[in-house]
Amino acid sequence: MTNNDLNISLEFSAGAELLFGNIKKRQVTLKGEEKWTIRKLLKWMHANILTERPELFIQDESVRPGILVLINDTDWELLGELDYEIQPNDNILFISTLHGG
Amino acid sequence: MSTAPENQVDELATLREEIETLRQNLVDKNRQLQDLQAAQRATAAANNGANNGVPANFSTPHVNDLTKDEIERYSRQLILPGFGVTAQTKLRNSSFLIVGMGGLGCPSSQYLVAAGSGRIGLVDYDLVDRSNLHRQTLHTECTIGLPKVESAKSALLQINPNCEIITYKTLLNSGNALEIIKQYDVILDCTDNVVTRYMLNDACVLQHKPLVSGSALQFDGQLTVYHYGEICPCYRCLFPVPPPPQAVTNCGDGGVMGAITGVIGSMQALEAIKVATGVGETLAGRLLIFDGANGIFRNIKLRGRRSDCKVCSTNPMITQLIDYEFFCSMHASDDNQALQLLSPEERIDVRQYIDMRSEPHLLIDVRPPNEFEICRLPSSVNMPLKDVLDNKFVEEFQNELDDKKLPIILVCRRGNDSQIAAQHMCNKYPSHTIRDIVGGLYAWHYQIDNEFPIY
Repeated sequence: MTNNDLNISLEFSAGAELLFGNIKKRQVTLKGEEKWTIRKLLKWMHANILTERPELFIQDESVRPGILVLINDTDWELLGELDYEIQPNDNILFISTLHGG
Repeated sequence: MSTAPENQVDELATLREEIETLRQNLVDKNRQLQDLQAAQRATAAANNGANNGVPANFSTPHVNDLTKDEIERYSRQLILPGFGVTAQTKLRNSSFLIVGMGGLGCPSSQYLVAAGSGRIGLVDYDLVDRSNLHRQTLHTECTIGLPKVESAKSALLQINPNCEIITYKTLLNSGNALEIIKQYDVILDCTDNVVTRYMLNDACVLQHKPLVSGSALQFDGQLTVYHYGEICPCYRCLFPVPPPPQAVTNCGDGGVMGAITGVIGSMQALEAIKVATGVGETLAGRLLIFDGANGIFRNIKLRGRRSDCKVCSTNPMITQLIDYEFFCSMHASDDNQALQLLSPEERIDVRQYIDMRSEPHLLIDVRPPNEFEICRLPSSVNMPLKDVLDNKFVEEFQNELDDKKLPIILVCRRGNDSQIAAQHMCNKYPSHTIRDIVGGLYAWHYQIDNEFPIY
């Protein structure tokens, strides 16, 4: 482990976990010298932990419509969306919107 | 002999009229009863008064315009610090429209009516089904087959006859939504599909009404208030683009725990009461997420109103309701749409399957294992669609596949997934006879054995 390693937690809720091996919370270590943005994280998730039907998670370079990204319980839109620079110990939650009743 | 359809229509109309007359009668009788009881109490008081030297017919002036019945009924709310007479009176002067009388609409209307709302509108086109009863708790065994709005109305009036209840047995759509919505102060989205959610959002923005939106699926629930206050986003600010249809699961396919809709529906009532009375702080600008499986509530800070929102920005592109089924590429119901992936000759119906059952064949049920446990056809083996698509069947059924003459039959709940499975297997084994059963286990129930359970 080097000083540049970035430890964060990823969470999935309301069905989004089904695309990631049905695991709701995991700690991950992001390695490398460069800064990590959400854009880069999504690519990493696609390559490393996305287990099912990628089109239900990724569309173009962002998440598909209907998935909300929340960084430390705040809507990612308030923090720069894809360009947000991930900080140590960030909690990033991906949640599918529900429509049932 | 069955009754001719026109006679049934007449009979239905007559029954509805009779029920309405009886209901009116009940209201009148209740009023008479209350009057008589009041007169009796007055006489008793007068007699007591005569005995104690207190003047008869002494009338204490009211200090507010709540009736004695209301003060008794709402006493636990009236003594609640921060609520009291002011909020109770506001609630009585407020109206709420509840769209969808299902798992969310039942608890939310129940608490709104019980709490003393003045007027409630109920919208639902559907009839009560036995599979609703585990979560739609106003409906009962006796109201199966009745319109949900009627079933709910009679249950609600038993809780609180002081609330005016108006029913709309219709699918809310672009043609009728604005007219209905404008008659109410607060709108509750208790619907079950994406199309109606977008339509309701736009209609509320166009009519400047706050929208209390709840949703539930499986063990999860979500809740927020849209379009309330200056910076609060609307549904479109959050979700400018509808989700792809294949990413949307409804309660009929994914299942839902009844108590989850109970939690979210009750909280919708609470939010609606807070909006109407101004008490407390609403969830406008925040999203409440409930993970019932793990007992976790999370409160998420949402973005503000989008400056380029198509409906709620200062320069909106949507100034009247649009075609929402087209916009979402989906239907405005949670009913299943029949998939038509295979041609008729690539499929068999349940009667053909009955005929071929005595011959050797392989019957694969492609539902998830938990559904296979609920009910299944004799001699069927389970391989979920997901595993079929992952080609797990190649290894699992190696011996059967070696015999090219052995017919392979695929079955599922309604005949959609079985087509996907059949198409996948046919592509891999084009010289085998691979068919799926039209209508799946539903067809088995309706055409072969109506004692076979459907779910």
